Amino acid sequence: MINRREALSRVAIIMGGTVLGAEAFLTGCKTNTKGVTFSQADIDFLNEVGETILPATDTPGAKAANVGAFMQTMVSDCYEAKDQEIFMKGMAELNAASKKHHNKTFMESTPEERTAFLTELDKEAKEYQKNKKQEDPTHYFTMMKQMTLSGLFTSKIGATEVLRYVAVPGKFEGCVPYTKGEKAWATS
Amino acid sequence: MAEQQYDAIVVGSGISGGWAAKELTEKGLKVLMLERGRNIEHIKDYVNADKESWDFPHRGGRTQQMIEDYPVLKRDYPLNETNLDYWCSDKDHPYTETKRFDWFRGYHVGGRSLMWGRQSYRWADMDFEANAKDGIAVDWPVRYKDIEPWYDYVEKFAGISGNRDGIDLLPDGQFLPPMDLTCVEKDVAARIKEIYKGSRHLIIGRTANITVPHQGRPGCQFRNKCWLGCQFGGYFSTQSSTLPAAMATGNLTLRPFSIVTEIKYDKDKKRATGVIVLDAETNKTIEYKAKIIFVNASTLNSTWLLMNSATDVWEGGLGSSSNALGKNLMDHHLGNRAGGTIEGYEDKYTFGRRANGFYIPRFRNINGEKRDYIRGFGYQGGANRAGWGHDVAEVSIGGKYKDALTEPGGWSIGMMGFGEMLPDETNKVTLDKTKKDKWGLNVLNIDCELKDNEIKMRKDILEDAKEMLERAGAKNVQGFEGDGTPGRGIHEMGTARMGRDPKTSVLNGNNQVWDAPNVFVTDGSFMTSANCVNPSLTYMAFTARAAEFAVSELKKGNL
Repeated sequence: MINRREALSRVAIIMGGTVLGAEAFLTGCKTNTKGVTFSQADIDFLNEVGETILPATDTPGAKAANVGAFMQTMVSDCYEAKDQEIFMKGMAELNAASKKHHNKTFMESTPEERTAFLTELDKEAKEYQKNKKQEDPTHYFTMMKQMTLSGLFTSKIGATEVLRYVAVPGKFEGCVPYTKGEKAWATS
Repeated sequence: MAEQQYDAIVVGSGISGGWAAKELTEKGLKVLMLERGRNIEHIKDYVNADKESWDFPHRGGRTQQMIEDYPVLKRDYPLNETNLDYWCSDKDHPYTETKRFDWFRGYHVGGRSLMWGRQSYRWADMDFEANAKDGIAVDWPVRYKDIEPWYDYVEKFAGISGNRDGIDLLPDGQFLPPMDLTCVEKDVAARIKEIYKGSRHLIIGRTANITVPHQGRPGCQFRNKCWLGCQFGGYFSTQSSTLPAAMATGNLTLRPFSIVTEIKYDKDKKRATGVIVLDAETNKTIEYKAKIIFVNASTLNSTWLLMNSATDVWEGGLGSSSNALGKNLMDHHLGNRAGGTIEGYEDKYTFGRRANGFYIPRFRNINGEKRDYIRGFGYQGGANRAGWGHDVAEVSIGGKYKDALTEPGGWSIGMMGFGEMLPDETNKVTLDKTKKDKWGLNVLNIDCELKDNEIKMRKDILEDAKEMLERAGAKNVQGFEGDGTPGRGIHEMGTARMGRDPKTSVLNGNNQVWDAPNVFVTDGSFMTSANCVNPSLTYMAFTARAAEFAVSELKKGNL
């Protein structure tokens, strides 16, 4: 039924190397949520983390899609307890790492400092993800980055202003010309 | 106990039940269609059909609460936020598993016709002859020539889009215009044809999505949202197709919330007289009488119903005078797949969202080839250009990263095998008298597993997929051994099979219960073997054929 095709496209995504939380949708969540509480400051913080990963360019960035609130929803409702704990602690860890990196909390930092720091943190997270045992937890920054991407690109702003979206295509053409610079379709 | 009389009763409203209702009402019979779940009205009740990803708080994903509430559905992709209402509550509808069997069910008007995969393929003569030639199970009492006109008939009404590919082993049908292959798929198809010298084919999927307006339905809009229900009637479902036709006759009464618990049987006349309905909302019991009963409750539930009927005559229920009731449960085994990347085509893209893919029909164990297993498998897949999920070299944070992500990535191709599962009498369902559901009804126990033939076949499914993709030019080809647990194909079949001998089959070649000729079973339970193609089109054809036979027999006074 359905979307065995969709399951296949998920395979393609995973094979492409960028693991985007699709597998968390399918298998990551297992049991036991605990109540988690996000403050407005947490959401603002996550929006700034998101905006650093995917900033406004000539199109809106992650903050415009309120990825901070999206992360709150996903972590509260979809994450299992152990991942919730890693994510919540991760917010503090990110700040501590920021201080270690350039003596400022993330929120105190300039956009340039944030970008430089998260670029390094991203490398660290990727390295960790590559070497970790299967039962080891996901790196908190991997969680934040995955949800920044899915939070922006599946939002209305992300789909219609950052990417391209046609609600009712009316036809399918399997082979149309593409010119570099044209946006990707929001969903395929 | 109130009593009501109809010409015919149809138990179930999914793909085959909808067809039974349409055919019988159009032939002038007064029909009662009973559905155990709620009503879902076409268009009006497709509450999520217009929603976009951002309208779902979890963007279509699954919450911990859903995981807790759906212990079976969570085992695979069906558990999701977008059409949760179309899947039955696992907690209200328990079953027991001697061996794990993933049973994904839709209990509402339309059944799984609302969420089905829509892939629609004919069987060939080879498939109907297979059991006899291999000397396994029992012979199909039907051959392709018997069912061919009925394939024509149901395809014309349901609307199947496809290409006339001229492949003997996958007969062409009455197709609406085919959907397009992507550029990469077209080139891979050409390479496969050349490499395998015309013995393997990559074709566009044949799907019950209508590519042009058809039977008053506007048609597919290429939104790829079929399983939310479609306000354009873009795909065949009970709601979009057979139910309106049946309703238009004025001969149909549809009764939701009607759990049929028993077929009443007159042992002197050797005929069913009607059914007992347990109202799912009021818990009241009602008897309905009819001259003909069509059992279309979905394979395992139809079998459950037979097992609960005529137990005063046969302890094991109606059809248990054979050795076949509840046995030979089959599905298609899925999961093994491969994928790879395709270089080039950077100046090519697609428009629209095609709710379809390509199909590679069976190529093993034909033309005299003998593998270490019998029968075969087909592949379903697609080649598409990656969206925002692709990898970006060099940068991973910031504006350049974002801008790179917002352009399409490279092309990739993937395909998954759908393998035939053989009938085996040890793969079975029984009534579990130790457990009852909330209506106090005994639940089913399922005891089913892949056997040696399937396990051997799965190696070929994996290796052939990798080899074909590599030879056809894909790079970075990877194979995946998927979960082949039965049930995940959502093609339950075989537990009330057809045959030529009442001792070894529940039904004769006209889908009549041997012991009750006015009871017709035309959902997947009649399947004597499984083949490897998606089965629903075959259920439609057999249902229409059985309905005509039933009415002609009724007119002759034979029922």
